[in-house]
Amino acid sequence: MTRLTLSRALNEGLRRALEADPKVMIMGEDVGRLGGVFRVTDGLQKDFGEHRVIDTPLAESGIVGTAIGLALRGYRPVCEIQFDGFVYPATDQIVSQLAKMRYRSRGQLTLPVVIRIPFGGGIGAVEHHSESPEVIFAHTAGLRVVACADAAEAFSMIQLAIACDDPVIFFEPKRRYWDRAEVDMAAALDTALPLSKARTVLPGDDVTLLTYGPLVRTCTEAAIAARDEGKSIEVIDLRSLSPLDMDTISASVIRTGRCVVAHEAPVYAGLGAEIAARVTEQCFYHLEAPVLRVGGFAIPYPVARLEDHYLPDLDRILDTVDRTFAF
Amino acid sequence: MTVETGGATMVAPNDTELIQLLTPEGERVEHPQYPLSDVDIKGLYRDMVLVRRFDTEAISLQRQGELGIWASLLGQEAAQIGSGRALSPRDMAFPSYREHGVAWCRGLDPVRLLELFRGVSNGAWDPQEYKFHLYTIVIGDQTLHATGYAMGIKRDSAEDEAVIVYFGDGATSQGDVSEAFSWASVFQVPVVFFCQNNQYAISAPQERQSPIPLYQRSRGFGFPGIRVDGNDVLACYEVTRQALRAAREGRGPTLIEAFTYRMGAHTTTDDPTRYRLASELEVWRLRDPIERVRAYLARTGQANAAFFEQVDAEAAELAARVRDACRALPDPPPLAMFDHVYTGANAILEAERAQYGDYLDGFEPAGLGQRESEVAR
Ligand SMILES: Cc1ncc(C[n+]2csc(CCOP(=O)(O)OP(=O)(O)O)c2C)c(N)n1
Ligand SMILES: [Mg+2]
Repeated sequence: MTRLTLSRALNEGLRRALEADPKVMIMGEDVGRLGGVFRVTDGLQKDFGEHRVIDTPLAESGIVGTAIGLALRGYRPVCEIQFDGFVYPATDQIVSQLAKMRYRSRGQLTLPVVIRIPFGGGIGAVEHHSESPEVIFAHTAGLRVVACADAAEAFSMIQLAIACDDPVIFFEPKRRYWDRAEVDMAAALDTALPLSKARTVLPGDDVTLLTYGPLVRTCTEAAIAARDEGKSIEVIDLRSLSPLDMDTISASVIRTGRCVVAHEAPVYAGLGAEIAARVTEQCFYHLEAPVLRVGGFAIPYPVARLEDHYLPDLDRILDTVDRTFAF
Repeated sequence: MTVETGGATMVAPNDTELIQLLTPEGERVEHPQYPLSDVDIKGLYRDMVLVRRFDTEAISLQRQGELGIWASLLGQEAAQIGSGRALSPRDMAFPSYREHGVAWCRGLDPVRLLELFRGVSNGAWDPQEYKFHLYTIVIGDQTLHATGYAMGIKRDSAEDEAVIVYFGDGATSQGDVSEAFSWASVFQVPVVFFCQNNQYAISAPQERQSPIPLYQRSRGFGFPGIRVDGNDVLACYEVTRQALRAAREGRGPTLIEAFTYRMGAHTTTDDPTRYRLASELEVWRLRDPIERVRAYLARTGQANAAFFEQVDAEAAELAARVRDACRALPDPPPLAMFDHVYTGANAILEAERAQYGDYLDGFEPAGLGQRESEVAR
C-alpha cells in the first residue's frame, strides 16, 4: 500500500496504462511540459515522449475530434479537458460523433476514447471552473460516464476506463485532488471492482445515501456524524453514472426503506431525478418515505464567496436525511 | 517542438513586418503609413504606470488572501493602453479576462475588476455605460459576440461606431475565433480583432497554436492583418486608431497582432518556471513598454522629474485606494445567488430560494438568509 493524493494516483494509473499499451496517448491543454494544471500528467511527457503525451493547441473540439480520428486509426486517446466549464466547445464532437459512431456503424467502429474532466466546486474559483455537467453526458446514449471519489478508486478506475472499448467520460473531483488515501499499486487490474459497479463505502441499516465524486467524502463524514444520533446510514458511491448499477442501489434501498441522493449538480433534472424514479419503480413497496435529493440549486454556479451555500455540506445532507424520517 | 525553445525570444521583433514607432531604447521611428497623429504621450505613460501599479497591488491582494486569483497584465500595458486610448467614446470593446488596462481606458473603476477575482461578483458592471463588455473567461467566445455586435452597428448604419475585441494567441486556435473571422469578413463588419500575442497560452508557446505568424491568419479569411510591436504604446495606439477608422468607414475588419510578452505567471496559481527559461524574461525586460516611453519623454525634454514623481505619487495613491476598497468589498448575502437567473419568476427556483432561506433561518444567529434587498439598506 502506498499513500497517494488523488492527483498522484491518477498519474500512476495513467503511467500504468501508457506502459501497458503503446496505443495509449494523452492529449490536452498544458498536459505535457506543465503536467496539467492539477499536475495529473506530471512527468509523463518526459518519460513517454512528446508524441504520446501531447500539448495540443487550445481548442476542446479539436482535442476530442482528433481523438476520435486517432481512435479510428487504432489508438486509445485519453483527453484532458482543463476544467468542467470548458468541455462545452467539445460537446458537438462528444454527443454527435463520439457517442454515436458505434451505433452508426452497426458495431463496426468502436471508439475507446477517455475524456477526463476535473469537475465540481469548492476551490474558490472564478466562473466556469466549478461546474458539474455529468448529466449532459449521462443523458447521451453511447457514452459511459463515471466519477472517481478517492485516490484508490482513481488509480484503478482510470485504468479500467482506458481499457474499456466504449468512450468514457471520466469525472475527477477537483477539490479532492490533494486528499490522500492508501492505494494498492500492486493489485492486478482484473481484481478491481468493474467500472460499471457501485461500491458500498459505509454499510448501514436505516437509510441509503447515494452519491459520487466529491461528495463521497462529505456523505461518509455525515454518516459517521449521524451515528451519534443513533442513525445508521449506508453510503454508496455510485462510481458509474451511466449505466447506473441499479442492482446495488435497489438491494440497499429494499433493505433500508429510505433513500437520499446527493450531488453538487443542480437537483433539477439532475442524476438524482433518474435515480429517484428508478428506485420508486423498483422499490415502491419497500419505501418508508419518498426518495429525497440534496444538491445544487436551479441557478448557475454562484460566485466563489457564496459557493459554500450552494454546495451540499454535512448539515444540509443530514437535514435531508432527517426529512426522510419525518414521513 | 523542442521544449527547450519555448516561444517568445525566438521570433525576433526586428521582423520587417513589425510596426514600431518607438524603439525599446526610446528612439522615435517614423513610419510613412503611421504618422503619429496628435497624441498625449505623457498621458499614455501615466496610464501605463497606473495600471501596472494597480496590477502589482492586485497580485499582493491575492497573496494576502483577499482575491481568489489574479490574471496579471504585466508586460502588456502598451498593447492595452495604446489600443484602449485609440477607441472613441462610442466604440465598443469586448475583453477577455486580462484587459485591465483597457478597462482603465474605458473609465471603469479598477475595484470593479477585483470583485470578479475576489469572487463577490462576476463583474457585472454596466457594459453600455463604459462601452466595455463583461470579461469573458471561456477562451475565444467573445470574438463572435463582438462580430455580432458589429453586424448590429452596420445594420443600424451607425457610422461613428466600431468594435474592438481582445483575445490571446492561444485563443486563435478556437473554432469560434475562426468563425468570427469568417463572419466579420463575409459581412464586412466594423470590428477590429486585437490579438495580444503574449507568447504563451498558459504553458503552450505560440508556435503550438500556429506555425505562421498570427497576423497572417486573417489573409485567408479575406481581410488584412498587421503585426505591431505590442510593447510600443505609440505604435499600438496609431495602428489601432487607423484600423478602427477603417472599420467605421466601412472598409471591414482588421486583425492586429500585438507582439508582446506575458512578464508574469499566467495567473497567480501558475508556476512558469516549469515551462520557460528565466533568460527569456531577461530579453523581454529590455523591451519594457514603460521604460522606453519614460526614456523618450525625458530625453526630449517633454517631461521633467517633477512629472515622473507626480505620476508615481498618483500610482501610490491608487494602490492604497484599491487595497482599502478591495478589503472592504462585502460578501453578497447568501440568497442573492438566486437573483437574476431569469427576467421573471421561476417557480422552481423560487421554491428553492424559500426553502434555503428557511433552512438558514434555522441556524443561529438568525438573519443569515435575508434577501439582498433587505440587507442592502
Ligand atoms: C474554452 C477554454 N478552454 C480552456 C480554458 C483554460 N484557459 C484559461 S486561459 C488559457 C490560456 C489562454 O491563452 P491565450 O489565449 O494566449 O491568452 P492569455 O491567457 O495568454 O492572455 C486556458 C487554456 C478556458 N478558459 N477556456
Ligand atoms: Mg497568450
